[in-house]
Amino acid sequence: MPSLKDLKNRIQSVKNTRKITKAMQMVAAAKLRRAQEAAEEARPYAKRFNAVMAGLAGSVGGSDTAPKLISGTGSDQVQLLVVLTSERGLCGGFNSNISKLARQKANELIAAGKTVKVLTVGKKGRDALKREFGDMFVGHVDLSDVKRVGYSNAQDIAKDVLGRFDAGEFDVATLFYAEFVNVVTQIPTAQQIIPASYEDSEDEGLAAEYDYEPSEEAILADLLPRGVATQIFAALLENGASEQGARMSAMDNATRNAGDMIDKLTIQYNRSRQAVITSELIEIISGAEAL
Amino acid sequence: MAELMQFDLVSPERSLASLKATAVQIPGADGDMTAMPMHAPTITTLRPGLLKVESPEGNSEYLVTGGFAELNAEGLSVLAEKAIPTTELTRAQLDELIEEARNAHKAAVDNDQHDLVTDAAKLLADMEALGTHIAL
Repeated sequence: MPSLKDLKNRIQSVKNTRKITKAMQMVAAAKLRRAQEAAEEARPYAKRFNAVMAGLAGSVGGSDTAPKLISGTGSDQVQLLVVLTSERGLCGGFNSNISKLARQKANELIAAGKTVKVLTVGKKGRDALKREFGDMFVGHVDLSDVKRVGYSNAQDIAKDVLGRFDAGEFDVATLFYAEFVNVVTQIPTAQQIIPASYEDSEDEGLAAEYDYEPSEEAILADLLPRGVATQIFAALLENGASEQGARMSAMDNATRNAGDMIDKLTIQYNRSRQAVITSELIEIISGAEAL
Repeated sequence: MAELMQFDLVSPERSLASLKATAVQIPGADGDMTAMPMHAPTITTLRPGLLKVESPEGNSEYLVTGGFAELNAEGLSVLAEKAIPTTELTRAQLDELIEEARNAHKAAVDNDQHDLVTDAAKLLADMEALGTHIAL
């Protein structure tokens, strides 16, 4: 049985914890709004881009001279997994869900006899995968100093990935991130970025009578690397919104749990306080009777 | 009364302009071109340069780098990797771009890649000319 003083301290400490989680929740809510706005602002660009790429890929992609970024290297032996996670924890299952999906995929590929390479973006994903796949790590991108992810961050990652592709380090690249649905739902997603597929948006494809300046092939070759950057940027933004959403709901839960705990501890505290008073009274009364 | 066309300028981070314009001058990869209403459908890549918009509400200029423009009868959409209104452009930003161009040029020279050297040199000259043009 804890003493009254212990209980009092305990209640105070839980109250302090609640203050912190409440503050984190509110910060996450504000950041979430910004992240969602950023994701929305980026949407027109990605949509337009994909529509044009779908048109181009449709007319050039099938030929033998198609760039490798679309047609692939003709093999799928070496697989690069690009795992996007956050730099900070305390965001519920966000990081572990992404790592879990990546781990599952990596194990499948290894079982199928493929070579797996892992590129991590964000500290948490690296920590989660280090033990199992540490020897397959080919690189890590640190975004901990970045306050707000910009297109240039995506470009840097894309440059790294494309450099490795040009050097023949891998055949297929897959991006792992969490797609933002709403504050309580974030779906871990795997998306293949190299070779690129632009078929999904085909219904919005272009009418075929465009003039191309310079040539279709030249434009495609120029735009494909940008497409990789665009996809990475979109994934980074989705991830940013997901992270804040996950943190917000995790901290909301934590705040509520702290409240419940305070209620329980307070009842316990009051009971033992009453018990102390009662026993004191009994002592006084029985002392008086004895006289 | 000149005809109008829809003009959209979007960068990956935000949408910069969406308005009715009478003519837009684009720095195309093969040379500058001016888009006017009812232009033949065209897709062109961009080289870094100035994009000039003429609209009934007044003219505006943007610095764009990389990306492409899609032109059709109804309008023009420009998807630029980086787009900054010249009114917001600062010397520091321009210096950064010039520095980038300079590094690209240097890297190309070091690796002895001939077409890249000429490209990069052109880019560098473009950037510096741009600075004088907008008087920074």
